[in-house]
Order: sequence, then C-alpha cells, then structure tokens
Amino acid sequence: MWAIARKDLAIERRTGEMLSSLFLLALLVVLVFAFAVEPERLVGPEIAAGMTWATLLFSGTLALNRSFAIERESGAWTALALLPVDRGSIFLGKMLANFVLLGFASLVLLPAISILLGTHGLDPAPLTLALTLVLGVLGIASIGTLCAAIASRSRAREVLMPLLAFPLLAPLLIAAARATTGALVGSSPSEVQPWLAVLAGFDMIFATAGWLAFDWILEE
Amino acid sequence: MTADDGTPRAWRDRVLPWATGAAMTLAIVMVFLVVPDEREQGVVQRIFYFHVAAAWLAFAGFAAVAVASAWFLRTGSEAADRLAHACAEVGLLFTTLVLVTGPIWARPIWGTWWTWDPRLTMTVVLWTIYAAYLMLRRLSAGDDTTRRYAAVLGIVGALNIPLLVLAVRLWRGIHPAVMINKDPEAGLKDPSMVWALVVANVAMALLFDWLVSLRTRLLRIDREVAALEMEDSQG
Repeated sequence: MWAIARKDLAIERRTGEMLSSLFLLALLVVLVFAFAVEPERLVGPEIAAGMTWATLLFSGTLALNRSFAIERESGAWTALALLPVDRGSIFLGKMLANFVLLGFASLVLLPAISILLGTHGLDPAPLTLALTLVLGVLGIASIGTLCAAIASRSRAREVLMPLLAFPLLAPLLIAAARATTGALVGSSPSEVQPWLAVLAGFDMIFATAGWLAFDWILEE
Repeated sequence: MTADDGTPRAWRDRVLPWATGAAMTLAIVMVFLVVPDEREQGVVQRIFYFHVAAAWLAFAGFAAVAVASAWFLRTGSEAADRLAHACAEVGLLFTTLVLVTGPIWARPIWGTWWTWDPRLTMTVVLWTIYAAYLMLRRLSAGDDTTRRYAAVLGIVGALNIPLLVLAVRLWRGIHPAVMINKDPEAGLKDPSMVWALVVANVAMALLFDWLVSLRTRLLRIDREVAALEMEDSQG
C-alpha cells in the first residue's frame, strides 16, 4: 500500500503533471464562476464554502480520472493484478496518493478563493476548517479512485468517471459545504459535528467499500 | 433453447401480462371511481396512489440491484447480472414516473413544481446514480469485466443511500422548509383509500415484475445473438 502510494507520488514529483493541471483547473473553475456571476455578488461564507467544494469536486474528479492512466497505457494493469499483495491495499495506496495530491491542491485553492472573493471580515476556525478539508478530500479521493477504476475499461472513460462520481459524492458535497460554511464563520468542530460525522461515515464506508471491491476490480 | 428457459419463465410470461392488466384496470377503477376526493387537496390527490406505489417499487428495484449484484459477485451467475441490469432499468423508469407525477401533484397543492425537500432531493440524486449505472453498462464492452464493475457500482450505489438520506435530512431540516411536508399517509381516513393504495401497489409490482422479466429475456437473447455472431465470424 505504501509502495503504491510512494510510486505514484514519486512519478508525480518528477513530472508534476497532475498537480500543475489540478492547480490550473481549480483556478479556472473559480474564474468561470466569477465570469458567470457578477464577482461582487460572490460574497459570504456560504458562497465561498460552496465554491471551494464545487471547485475541488470538478478539478478533483477530472484529475483523478487519470489515476489508472499510467497503468493502462503501459500495460501494467495485469502486473498490478498479479502482485502478490492484497488487492485492497492497491486501492488504499492509490487513494492515499490521490488524497495527498488533492490536499495540496486545496491548500492552494483556499487562499486563492479567499483573495479572489475577498472573504475578509470572516473569522474562520482553523481546526474546523482543517478537519472538514481532510475528511472531505479523503472522501473525494476514495470515491474518485473507485470510480476511476470502474470507468477505466470503458471506451468513454473521461465522461463516465464524473458521471459515476458526482451522484455518489452528493452527500459528501452537502456535508462538506455546510461544515465549511460553519468553519468560515468561526464555528468550533462540535458545532458542526453532525456534518463532520456524515463526512467521517462517508470516508469509512467508501474506503472500506473500495478496499473490498478491488478484489473484483483487479481480477482479470 | 437452454434450461433456464424452462417452465417457470414460460408460466410467468403467460400469467404476468394478464395479471398486470387486470390489477392495473382494478387500480384505475378504484382510484378514479371508488375513492372519495381528499378533503383539502381535491381531485389531484388521486395521483398519490400511483406516485407512492411507483416510489416504493423503484426503491425495491434498487435494493434488488444491490442484492443481485452481490449474488453475481459471489457466484458469477449471468442470470443474476441480467437481473441487476433489468432491475436498474425498470427502477430508473419508475423513479422517472415518481419525478413526473410528483411535480404534477405539487404544482396545485404546494404552488411550485419543485422544492428541495429531503425526499425530492434524494429521489433526484438516486435517479442520477442509476442513470450513471446504466451509462457504465452502455459505454463498456459488455464482457465479464464490465459485469463485475457494474456489480460493484450496484452495491456502492446502495451503500450511498443511507448517507444520502442522512445528509439531505440534516441539510433541509436545519433550514425552515418551504412547505410543511405533511405525511400523506396520515390523511388516509377512508378505508377505500387504503385499499386503492394496496391495489395500486400490487398493480405496479406486477408491472415491475413483468417489465423485468421481459428485459432479462431480451438481455439473454442479445447475449446469445452476440455469441452466435462471434462464432459465425470465427467460423
């Protein structure tokens, strides 16, 4: 599991492909929102929270779509399946690598959104914000990795992956956006506790589901 | 043809169309001629019987997708795979019925076609989950790998439902709801209303079963044709 994650992150460190496209994509999504709606209207904690998660969702799913591209293009898929390890740990490794990438992206995205939308005057609670980000990004990574694997064999995988991932991420998006709204107005973790609980439940269920499902997904 | 084409299926094929037709006729007669008008909502409330029945059957169908998917992953039975596929299709059709009849009912009663009430929100998300499931089937090769992936998605989709229910309840519960969503069942005072709902449910269940049996048969024939074509092109 650590080896898989390390391998993916090492490739990423050398090429920087995914991270750079993730940053650019996230920035573009924010710009698209600003152009589509009068930027002056995009104010308030709800909008900032919603934008953050909509942006993470769009850029994240598009980037995670590539999770298995290297394996597929180099024919390493079968090699992965033949590894004498538990297949679930291959999923966990992939998920971990995607989590780290998305985590980096969100660290850049948050200040960008706060500067571009001018969220000054808000009094964010760092702990709540950090918890929400970690739990939310973990959920996107788990569903994203699983859906990328499920879509990877289809002829329209680029379209299919977000089609599969977005509806499944609906509960996560609802919970993460509400918790972030709370965090931006300074709520402590216990005040947004129901949302954090939904996020934690989501992460546990789908990390476990992916871990178990990879037994069937990697079978050739 | 093969053995799973034997008597039970033939029996179902002969009985189901007639049973569905009879039950549906009875349901229509009851809903339009027997049941009294609901006191506050008037005639439009009659859509309730089909709306609720379609919703229950759709949810049962999605549960069946998950069960059949698990069965397929355990045993590799192609019949289970076809059952999951057909149940997703018919479940999606019934969810569409719910989403069409709902606004028709809501417009005169609530004054709006749509509100982000927890049940409505959940239903529309479920619709997208199973539409995506069918897209996966359609856009993939249709080989054994596709069947396995679809089965995984069929189970993951069902796992998502409790979280979805929890999230939309919490979400729309915190804000004041646009309308007070009275539980419609609390209003069934006339016993004929209960009977009409039961009959509508039975009729919809038979219709569901019939459509699923038609679809599973068609999926099997498709597969046999594909196998024959493959044999032909090789020979």
